[in-house]
Amino acid sequence: MNRPIQPTYTLDKVGEENFALNLGPQHPGTHGVLRVVLHMDGEYILQADPVLGYGHRMQEKIAENMTYPQALPYVCRMDYLGALSYNLAWVLAVEKLCQFEVPERAEAIRVIATELNRISSHLLWWGAFLLDLGGFTPFLQALTDRERILDILEEVTGSRLTYCYFRFGGLPSDVDEAWLTRVLDFIKEFRDRLPRYHDLVTGNVIFHHRSKDVGVILPFDAAGYGLSGPILRGSGINFDVRKHEPYSGYDRYDFEVPVDQNGDCLGRYNVRMAEIEQSLRIIEQAISAIPEGPVRSKVPKLIKAPEGEVAVAVETPRGQLVIYIVSEGGKKPYRVKYRVPSFANLSIFAKMAKGQLLADALAILGSLDMVIPEVDR
Amino acid sequence: MMECCYIKEVVKGFFSLCTGMRVTMGNVFTRPATVQWPRESAPLPDRFRGHIMMLADDATGYPKCIACTSCARNCPSQCIIVTGKKPEGAKKKMADRFELDFTKCSLCGLCVEICPVGALDFSRDYALASYTRNDFTTMDLLQELGSPF
Amino acid sequence: MNISLLSVVGYLVAIAALVGLNAVILVWLERKVAGHMQFRLGPMEVGPHGILQTLADGIKLVSKQLVIPDEADKPLFLLAPIVSLVPIFAAMVPLPFSETVQAWELNIGLLLIIALGLLNTLGILLAGWGSNNKYALLGGARAVAQILAYKIPLLICVMTIIMMTGSFSLRDIAIAQKDTWNVLYQPILFIVYIITVTLETNRSPFDFSEAESELVAGFHTEYSGMGFSLFFLAEYSYMFIAAGLATVLFLGGWHGPWLPGVAWTLIKIYSIIFLMMWFRWTFPRVRIDQMLSFGWKILLPLSLINFIITAGVLAL
Repeated sequence: MNRPIQPTYTLDKVGEENFALNLGPQHPGTHGVLRVVLHMDGEYILQADPVLGYGHRMQEKIAENMTYPQALPYVCRMDYLGALSYNLAWVLAVEKLCQFEVPERAEAIRVIATELNRISSHLLWWGAFLLDLGGFTPFLQALTDRERILDILEEVTGSRLTYCYFRFGGLPSDVDEAWLTRVLDFIKEFRDRLPRYHDLVTGNVIFHHRSKDVGVILPFDAAGYGLSGPILRGSGINFDVRKHEPYSGYDRYDFEVPVDQNGDCLGRYNVRMAEIEQSLRIIEQAISAIPEGPVRSKVPKLIKAPEGEVAVAVETPRGQLVIYIVSEGGKKPYRVKYRVPSFANLSIFAKMAKGQLLADALAILGSLDMVIPEVDR
Repeated sequence: MMECCYIKEVVKGFFSLCTGMRVTMGNVFTRPATVQWPRESAPLPDRFRGHIMMLADDATGYPKCIACTSCARNCPSQCIIVTGKKPEGAKKKMADRFELDFTKCSLCGLCVEICPVGALDFSRDYALASYTRNDFTTMDLLQELGSPF
Repeated sequence: MNISLLSVVGYLVAIAALVGLNAVILVWLERKVAGHMQFRLGPMEVGPHGILQTLADGIKLVSKQLVIPDEADKPLFLLAPIVSLVPIFAAMVPLPFSETVQAWELNIGLLLIIALGLLNTLGILLAGWGSNNKYALLGGARAVAQILAYKIPLLICVMTIIMMTGSFSLRDIAIAQKDTWNVLYQPILFIVYIITVTLETNRSPFDFSEAESELVAGFHTEYSGMGFSLFFLAEYSYMFIAAGLATVLFLGGWHGPWLPGVAWTLIKIYSIIFLMMWFRWTFPRVRIDQMLSFGWKILLPLSLINFIITAGVLAL
């Protein structure tokens, strides 16, 4: 049963039976205000045109009109599921621009919080992907565990979704021992619960048939379309910013980059599930080796950046985020560019959806793990 | 041989379905994770970020704010309006008007962080509701505090 | 047989009450089962443990405005929920609840139920066509395609039982199982039957015509208020009938120790319905072409082999 599914009709067939189907902007399968115009022949998709921009908020322009600290809360609103990665990217970019020092303890806590955030994002993706495939219980099972991560993060950051925890030069507040033990407790419990995830879904024959050999991305395409994150790794290309351009002290931790050679939905699924385990490992190492000391270095209250430009890459749960800042000196950046992973990842959807069944197209869309405000930004 | 594999796959698939059903049945006997709001509510963490509130000076009961307006200047959404003047006989300025436009506020907390005298803090109000939005466009944070004016 | 007008009215009222009560209980049960399988409690507010929640929802649905889309085929649009619901009243007639409690003993009751079960699909198709909505149309088309997968294995299942009993009468079939239930002779057939009726009642993992994440709400995308609630009523009533048929065919009907016959029938019916709910809240949806190949490559051979073996054993 290992052969890829080939639709038995030709794409250039034009008949009266074809019709256009508006998938979205209010469709349960698109996870946000994404609209895809599907040209269909029955249940087969002849052509898929994603229509973007429903959630466009001029994030780049907003950041250009704000001082550096003011832009902080805005950055986290783009990818609301991986807000801390965005937070981290902005902070790292400004720190690099202004050459601020970051204490080691702050770096370790940043890694812990970001990885927790990554797990929570992957859990929500896991649930939402299964929701796309029609299973409802996995969604709430994932949310139950995600809720604990949110509780843990809420305790230090004060919010549950759009965190704004990192500051230039470190963190606004330290974490205590009790919080670290809470995280360790969570990891222990979560490790016990992970087999349930695999029992409920990974081994399930229906899930297997729905995801195996569906939406295959060849490594050549994956690289050519600029994909990143678990999608790129699911296509067999080993690239993780955390490993290959380490930031925030990721080089200090021992972790693997999970890669799957298949490039189908199941491959991306396996990569993400393995990534959750790697994130748990990173958190454990970070907690066991957490240094003492301050969490914030001396940073001027009024931040004036020197002239220059800086680009920082960060591995968000969805892939490689690059923040590029051009400064002409002063309190505000001259130009800000966000290279967001979801936007690039979505670009291959039109190619993949061609010739697929509607149900498969939604499985593919689910496996791409879109956050639409991030695409539109 | 093919048939053998085929039957094996069907049986394997059948058992994988049974495993899944075992998990959901296990869920039935797990304690529910939800909280029956509003009869009970989840605990709020210490650093919960509600809308901001003005703290009172313990000695006088007046607001702590010195009307330096750094919160208003630092706010990314320009949702704070502060004006102040000197009360008679006092050396420092005091706020006579501190309004928050909560409809714009994104609860980022930059104002709380920047305040030089620690006059602002997050409230623990999380279930704000009203019939008109005007109740939130100009929230007077000085209302419940004493005033020297 | 002598039927007075009064008894017909009496049966109709009784069946209507059963259909309504059954839907109220099943919707509540479904939400409770879903809740508890997902670390939740389900409805808790209206009545003790939310038992009256369905009633409250029903009142809300009934009091809502009937929205008919401009471009819809109005007669078909209005007819579809009724076409879905009405056959249930007829299909309930031959279903025996105990030796004495049965609306009307028909000697071809089984055939009647199987035939009327098909009308559900007609309702779905009408709704899909009449709504003038592409999602609804896809849902309707899927429902029709679905018949190909389940109807033949289902009929072969039923044929096997008929062959064993030698009668089309549900009552005779139940009486024949006084000592041993058919499920003990035919465990595989029972599994096949449960799968096919899950298909027939459009329940997850085979809810293609509804397919929330793909087709928004499938065939009832455009329905709200009363039309929607009629479809709901029909869905749960078909579940009841399918489970009732399973009870009679495989689980020995009303036979069981200690309790009265009606109680046993209801216990068995609701256990099977619970099983179907359990499926729904566990599995992801099968893709439509996979379902068809599943029907033809697994269900059909299984039931056919079973049929032939049973025939052989009976002939010996």
